[in-house]
Amino acid sequence: MKAAVLVFPGSNREGDVAQAIELVTGRRPQMVWHGDGDFEKVDLIVVPGGFSYGDYLRCGAMAAQSPVMAEVKKRAAQGVPVLGICNGFQIVTEAGLLPGTLMRNSHLKFVCADVHLRVETSQSLFTNRYQAGQVIKVPVAHAEGNYFADADTMKRLEDRGQIAFRYCGPDGSIVDGRGNPNGSSSNIAGVFNDTKTVLGLMPHPENAVEPMFGGTDGKALFEGLVEALS
Amino acid sequence: MTVAPEKNPPIKLPNEPAITPQIVAEHGLAPDEYERLLKIMGRTPTMVELGIFSAMWSEHCSYKSSKVWLKKLPTKAPWVIQGPGENAGVIDIGDGQAAIFKMESHNHPSYIEPYQGAATGVGGILRDVFTMGARPVANLNALRFGDPENAKTRHLVSGVVAGIAGYGNCMGIPTVGGETNFHAAYNGNILVNAMTVGVAQTDKIFYAAAAGIGNPMVYVGSKTGRDGIHGATMSSTEFNEDSESKRPTVQVGDPFVEKLLLEACLELMATDAIIAIQDMGAAGLTSSSFEMAAKGGLGLVMELDKVPMRETGMNPYELMLSESQERMLMVLKPGREDEARKIFEKWELDFAVIGHLTDTERMVLTWHGDVVGNIPIPPLVTEAPMYERPWTLTPLPAELDAAKVPAPNDWKASLLTLMSCPDLASKSWIWHQYDHLIMGNTAIRPQGGDAALVRVPAASKGTAKSAGHKGLAMTSDCTPRYVQAHPETGGRQAVAEAWRNITAVGARPLAVTDNMNFGNPQKPEIMGQFAGAIMGMAEACTALDFPVVSGNVSLYNETEGRPILPTPTIGAVGVIDDIATSAGSRLDQSGLALVLIGETKGWLGQSIYLRELHGREDGAPPPVDLAVERRNGDFVRGQIVGRRVHACHDLSDGGLLVALAEMCLSGGTGACIKLPVRDVAPHAYLYGEDQGRYLIATDDGGALVEAARKAGVPAVLLGYSGGPDIAVDGLLRMPLQELLDAHEGWLPGYMNSAA
Repeated sequence: MKAAVLVFPGSNREGDVAQAIELVTGRRPQMVWHGDGDFEKVDLIVVPGGFSYGDYLRCGAMAAQSPVMAEVKKRAAQGVPVLGICNGFQIVTEAGLLPGTLMRNSHLKFVCADVHLRVETSQSLFTNRYQAGQVIKVPVAHAEGNYFADADTMKRLEDRGQIAFRYCGPDGSIVDGRGNPNGSSSNIAGVFNDTKTVLGLMPHPENAVEPMFGGTDGKALFEGLVEALS
Repeated sequence: MTVAPEKNPPIKLPNEPAITPQIVAEHGLAPDEYERLLKIMGRTPTMVELGIFSAMWSEHCSYKSSKVWLKKLPTKAPWVIQGPGENAGVIDIGDGQAAIFKMESHNHPSYIEPYQGAATGVGGILRDVFTMGARPVANLNALRFGDPENAKTRHLVSGVVAGIAGYGNCMGIPTVGGETNFHAAYNGNILVNAMTVGVAQTDKIFYAAAAGIGNPMVYVGSKTGRDGIHGATMSSTEFNEDSESKRPTVQVGDPFVEKLLLEACLELMATDAIIAIQDMGAAGLTSSSFEMAAKGGLGLVMELDKVPMRETGMNPYELMLSESQERMLMVLKPGREDEARKIFEKWELDFAVIGHLTDTERMVLTWHGDVVGNIPIPPLVTEAPMYERPWTLTPLPAELDAAKVPAPNDWKASLLTLMSCPDLASKSWIWHQYDHLIMGNTAIRPQGGDAALVRVPAASKGTAKSAGHKGLAMTSDCTPRYVQAHPETGGRQAVAEAWRNITAVGARPLAVTDNMNFGNPQKPEIMGQFAGAIMGMAEACTALDFPVVSGNVSLYNETEGRPILPTPTIGAVGVIDDIATSAGSRLDQSGLALVLIGETKGWLGQSIYLRELHGREDGAPPPVDLAVERRNGDFVRGQIVGRRVHACHDLSDGGLLVALAEMCLSGGTGACIKLPVRDVAPHAYLYGEDQGRYLIATDDGGALVEAARKAGVPAVLLGYSGGPDIAVDGLLRMPLQELLDAHEGWLPGYMNSAA
């Protein structure tokens, strides 16, 4: 699997995700600078976490207008898989590759903590190594992860199985927002586009790939991609 | 080289006021200091020259009250590459790698404007570390706030924490540890001490000393604005009612620009274009340019009109004294300007050649071609005022007889009170706002062990990260009430506790950075606190082979004449060869034997128990026997790396029972212990704060006790882990959940309640 990781001014988890990909594939992904609208052909594009453009204006709003994102939109339309993590989720949402928006956390503070996620479907490039209903533990680290979409969009996401991950209790239960770190609608942690070739999620599977450093529950996401895309 | 005579005396700018005694006083220069200035200059200074002297001779920049004492600290060891005097200290951590670290205060700005004050404190210490060529790998912070009941405390906690989070999170550097205390002595003067640890290659460390006559001086980073003018002078005076009107002297940070600056600097540092580099911290362009020239024994010419400016109409005085953030000054090899400029332009940062080095040993400042300042550099440094201020040592208070301290009427209530008191309650409300996981190297998180533990990225590029096994352990410690009671003991204890915390995760303690926060040094009793703390620290650092490699002094921490508790914060770093052999403090398994290492006499003087349960802060603080400290610590470390320890926690505030409760709560497993039959009263045994002790959870308690006996280390088996309760035979049994709710509940409850 050949992967590209985008780098914007202010990105700061590009190294983490590059390391996770290297750990799984044995190959360092290509790092692509935000001004580079013409990068090598790859099997997977990763939009990493961070504070692109200092989060000025609105998280992800400026990065969504960068030359590299114009190219990403083009390739996504051709079916090239795109993974947006945290600020990357905000960017791909701002770029219109995913529905909905990410608002300020309901408690108004930055939150960094392990959370439990329920894998809502195993029927995707990204989640094929998980079981539907499986509970995994990965960290979040954000101030704007409060996913919101209008009622019609929410219904469509539900009906088409576009919800990838939900925040839950350690036993997988979803009870009135418990375990939800940011107040997101319907406990949503990650969503797909309608072809399930674009995944955006707030949690950081790339920070849960080694036993001594936060556990290994995020590793299967990258392994699943390798299996699907190699 | 000698100082060249003054060839071009400066012109007076239009609208420049005449130098009057009042203007001199407003610049914080005492009359005799101004006399000294006149002697050096041989004439009346211009405004910009006066401003430069004022900044360079401020307590903050010159260490004029503290220098004679700081010299008494040990600073050398075979692994020390760079001791105090540079931007940060540097130690060898093996494999061609160095750890670069320092702690620095931003107390006054954080009280005046908590968010920006704390944020720029983090920004400043990060620059100190990456200016030396290191990529920062971790941040820590030591915070002291006033009484929670004080009307301002909630606002200050909220602003400071958000400021630290806002800056560190955006920079992408994990904030992995620290400490937070509350005490009424900080009501009008909080402490915000920020520490950064970075990692560099030992053959790629950058220093400040300029070299090469004619070489270009280059300004990079943010533009210069009017913020923070006279910050260094402000932080060298006491607070009074007007202090909040000083808000404009607080700098405003932009972590996004600093992130770009970090990446751009590291990219340029990977080439060999840089001769010297210095960040612009306190006193901005003034101190950075002076230090570079002075360390290199050179002179310089700076064309101030070429400095990138944020506002129109700025003058030389403002440019030299602005403390605008996210700026660096560099000396480049000749002809490398274009290569460097390209990197900074790629990162969308300002880049300007603003001067060059000369052989005159003078700082010549020009403004559109006219000389506006001309100062001989060496005398400003060598003839800077230095004071041997009068000092009186604090006498050692009488020892408190534990038998005269009442036992609790209700054991359960006493433990609940302690575990939910402001100093001991969980600080998770704070550290969950800090990204402590970014970079994917955090092995021991906050509340997971006595020190934070972070993996060191593998030495050679292109190797998978998992190849690196080495870890850096970091902690920050000080028990101000001990220092207040007896500064020598308190100084000794602060160093010993930092050493113990590094030890308790299995790492070898290597070196410390000290952040000395004290009151007005012109009062003999405050100077005596400083002197006493230094004596105690020096003794402990020497005995434990734990040299001081960097530090910072913050004096005049007083409001309306009331000083803070003397607070010599110790930041420490240690190394462990293989993270897999480390130990955290979480009791997460049943059936483990609980073994107490060290001797327990039941020392209740200055204990948290005495303060929280009986409202008393008296007695002598617990003595620190450094030989015992070392013997016990070396034994514990050996057991940990030998993999005979499941979890380990040092005993500090609150003593044995608090330590056990913390282990149980963080690991989610109960425990039952039985007090060994002996002549210490149960409450003194359980809540006494005797030093040099650890509580260890292990699979084989008998073997550990036997190994300790052989090593001459006191050890006793107290009980076992397991069950949903924490229990002390015959005294106490309570569900962990109830304790957890109280422990975790205090701070969020406090922060969320209306002021």
